[in-house]
Amino acid sequence: MTYEDRLFAALADPTRRAIFERVAGQRQSVAELARTMPVSQPAISQHLKILKEARLVRDVPSGARRIYSIDPEGLGPLRAWLDRFWSEQLAAFKAAVETADDS
Amino acid sequence: MHTIEPAPVRKSVTVRASAEKAFDVFVNDMGSWWIKGHSLTESGQKTVVVEAVAGGRWYEIGNAGEERDWGHVIACDRPNRILLAWQLNADFTFDPAFHTEVEVLFEAKGDNETTVVLEHRQLANYGAKAQDVGGMLDSGWGGLLASYAAKVA
Repeated sequence: MTYEDRLFAALADPTRRAIFERVAGQRQSVAELARTMPVSQPAISQHLKILKEARLVRDVPSGARRIYSIDPEGLGPLRAWLDRFWSEQLAAFKAAVETADDS
Repeated sequence: MHTIEPAPVRKSVTVRASAEKAFDVFVNDMGSWWIKGHSLTESGQKTVVVEAVAGGRWYEIGNAGEERDWGHVIACDRPNRILLAWQLNADFTFDPAFHTEVEVLFEAKGDNETTVVLEHRQLANYGAKAQDVGGMLDSGWGGLLASYAAKVA
């Protein structure tokens, strides 16, 4: 899957979207998420793994736990779109500037 | 409220052209290379205009003559640099109260080679909107990407 496929696949699942929104609201551990959601801890871990692969969340160790937060390098779909948008525009610019008449 | 400070989007490309030519094509001839599918006009994009002076407008002109603002020029230093305000929000609507910056540097590497470095920053200004991912998907990022992919294919 491409990055974008992973991104949209990651957010297509309503439970995963709910987890992402909670993590966006406040950084927290798997156990903290499990306490406020009708989902088992292993299932939450699995969802977080997919969100992490889509660069929507990241985790840092804190003792025996891992704390999940939004990936500061990422910005979800918006960032994926902007990255691709500017890559395409600059490629088009390169083609234009190199074929323009040298007058 | 959790605030995110996302890293800027950074892109660069090296072109076979002087800095002056690279600057002029980028700024004064943006309509010659801007991808037509990335358009806000109903009648389709005819051209894009950057008024290369501080305070100048940055806008698109449609085939029927209608104009759609994108932002404005914050600073301009030909042939070295231009700093643009990108004022389209996450719904791709021009909002004079919304502001992100696009800085473009033209670094001459020789007589006929220039590296163009683009940085789109202050993305945190999208924050509240960007975090509302469910709503954002509903309001069309998925559709936008699908439409874009169809154009590219």
